[in-house]
Amino acid sequence: MYKRYVLVITFLFLAVIFTVSCEKILPPSPANDELLDGPVEGLTTAQAAQHHAGDVAFNDQVFTRETGLGPIFVATSCGSCHAGDGKGHPFSTLTRFGINDSLGRNEFDNGPQLQNRALPGYMPEQLPPGTPFASFTPPANTGLGFLELVSEDDLLAMAAANTTNPDGVRGHPNWSALPTFVSPNPNSYTQNGRYITRFGKKAATYNLFHQTVQAYNQDIGITSTFNPSDVYSHLDIDPEVSDKIVRDVIFYLQTLKAPIQRNQSDPDVIQGGALFAQVGCESCHKQTLTTGFSPVEALSNKQFHPYTDLLLHDMGPGLDDGLIEGTSKTSEWRTPPLWGLGLSKNSQGGKYFLLHDGRAKSIDEAIQLHGGEAATAKNKFNALKAAERQQLIKYLESL
Amino acid sequence: MSLKFFAVAFLATTSFFATAQIDPSLLKRTTSDTLKQIMNMDAIYNRPALKYDKLPVSLGGYVEANYQYLGTDGISEGHQFQFRRLTLFVSSTISKRIKFLSEIEFEPADKEIAIEFAAVDVEFHPLLNLRGGMIVNPIGAFNQNHDGPKWEFIDRPISATQMLPATWSNAGFGLYGKYYKKDWMFGYELYATSGFDNSIIENDQNRTSLPAAKENAERFEENNSGEPLITGKIAVKNTKVGEVGLSYMGGAYNKFQDDGLQLDDKRKVNVFAVDLKTTINKTKTNFIGEWAWVFVDVPETYSQQFGNKQRGGFLDIVQPVLNRTILGWNNSVLNLACRLEYVDYNVGKFTETKEKIADDVWSVMPAISFRPSAQTVFRLNYRIQKQRDLLGNPPANTAGISFGISTYF
Repeated sequence: MYKRYVLVITFLFLAVIFTVSCEKILPPSPANDELLDGPVEGLTTAQAAQHHAGDVAFNDQVFTRETGLGPIFVATSCGSCHAGDGKGHPFSTLTRFGINDSLGRNEFDNGPQLQNRALPGYMPEQLPPGTPFASFTPPANTGLGFLELVSEDDLLAMAAANTTNPDGVRGHPNWSALPTFVSPNPNSYTQNGRYITRFGKKAATYNLFHQTVQAYNQDIGITSTFNPSDVYSHLDIDPEVSDKIVRDVIFYLQTLKAPIQRNQSDPDVIQGGALFAQVGCESCHKQTLTTGFSPVEALSNKQFHPYTDLLLHDMGPGLDDGLIEGTSKTSEWRTPPLWGLGLSKNSQGGKYFLLHDGRAKSIDEAIQLHGGEAATAKNKFNALKAAERQQLIKYLESL
Repeated sequence: MSLKFFAVAFLATTSFFATAQIDPSLLKRTTSDTLKQIMNMDAIYNRPALKYDKLPVSLGGYVEANYQYLGTDGISEGHQFQFRRLTLFVSSTISKRIKFLSEIEFEPADKEIAIEFAAVDVEFHPLLNLRGGMIVNPIGAFNQNHDGPKWEFIDRPISATQMLPATWSNAGFGLYGKYYKKDWMFGYELYATSGFDNSIIENDQNRTSLPAAKENAERFEENNSGEPLITGKIAVKNTKVGEVGLSYMGGAYNKFQDDGLQLDDKRKVNVFAVDLKTTINKTKTNFIGEWAWVFVDVPETYSQQFGNKQRGGFLDIVQPVLNRTILGWNNSVLNLACRLEYVDYNVGKFTETKEKIADDVWSVMPAISFRPSAQTVFRLNYRIQKQRDLLGNPPANTAGISFGISTYF
């Protein structure tokens, strides 16, 4: 009888210890600066709930034939192309093709994105022979809400300052025609009916609403009330995603945190940062920008460090794919934000796939492929000592 | 079907035996067959049951409930209390060499009532039996032998439930038989049933998923492809060594024609599995495992998100450490156990980079189980799991404990 009491008491004691130590046995969270996903700090509870709803729709909602996928498509979900909200992989690279005329006609009519996958029984689109095209590797989503809130005045001011840049940097905004579902802000600047656009590889997208609706339609073949045109039949059909889900996803993208720089006190990183400025990278990869007013307090009037000017730059013939969007030239590309660069491998399967189409397999290779307006900076980088080049790359990897 | 139906059915069945409450000795417990001539294929009938007087019907079943505290990369859903399932068996001997057994499972979390097995068996000869009705396809070892109280682990194997579709049953017919001589036994099963559908590659799992086809209850009335799913298994057992089984399941899975019109190419799914079960007599260490390969004909125009090959399996190692009277229970057993699991949901290389596609998971699950009787088990499991996405990015790390009880009644 005594043994039984001992056993029962021992069992109860172990059960209590086990329960108390529950949290200790769980795997720890990765450090916040090692992750690209996660909300911006300071959201209200209601905003956090909407962010979470958007997170679920973005990362967990997989479309099928029954829920509207395709029948021709590029991906089956948002998260398929943006693992961990980071950069994409060649597997999820999409293809844009064709040249729009000078008025931007055909820009939004059933394309110009190649639908390279199809449901069973259907055939995917084929690239018309001889058509210029460019491959786009999905960008990181992180910090998009901050980029959306940079004022057009700031963009124009950066463009104006470029006119006297001694290295020949001449970045300018892309002016694009907007699809009917996008309502420009009342204070937006216009030029011949076009507006300053800032998202996408060619900066041809006006805002995150435009980007999200277009991505649902062109990437997954999902129609919405905003863009009911089916990519296969080219006819307007019933919406396949609700307005609420679209708006939740937009809010999710708007409220993703900005990447956090790592190893900031490392002497090599500090020296690399100085070299970054000295070489002239910052002419395009602007370190600090400021948001305007936002009803989301956490995003409103904030300084942030994206390493982009959101402007188009001529990158030379080596990166000229023959594709234009908006008023961009074929060799012009928007300065990609460098924040989160060092974490790219964590969403690209352990390897770098950099530049607009992932052709660069290392940061050094990406730098060497810079031409045109960036040629001077590249040459200055190459003129550095080997150890200095490594310091600069280490700095970029810390971002 | 609804939970209301379940309640009515359960009450009606149990009330029939209500007099047994007055005199419990009227309700006789027939334990499972412990003869050595038992193979994995006998799992369906090798269950304890309650029998009332001379009534030619036996009633049985099992129940499973558990507590879990799991977390992934530091994020936990907290303390979860789960009632996994209640399963009822009703069996009867209709006449000489004709018997019937049904297994009805209630899973309240999924608001699901499923007939997992309901078949009539007719014996012509020990080597030739006809089975017809709702059949559990004999692929691998787990699908047929899935009762919770038989296992030392709370969760069912990942490969059996997330790669293979356990518990996977279909309407159909087939033959089975057994032959034994001295220490050797040979068994075979061969069935033609209804089968899968296009949800294998069109599902919200975003990967090739045979279990997605379980959602389609219409398969019990209409076979999507119009062609039979063939499932066959052969197994050999030596009572001193153990049992090895080889199984195959395959057929067309998509609706490739309708109303005489060709809608698509005929696409096939093929599954091969090998299973083993053995005991080291000296140490009483039990090993049971299963490994399967899945081949799915995925259109080339479809996304590589949906792979055309999968593979995976599990190995359970169970070591009894105490076998004596514990806390007043005679012949109770305390086991230490460990389950090793691996599944690769997408075996192949990316067209774009020629590099290996990941989308895999492995898990190690040490466990302690206590069996106060052979039919009841208390289980404490600790799971360590790593799961990689399609691209092979840093894995999601999951770990945590589960504690539960499972018992036949």
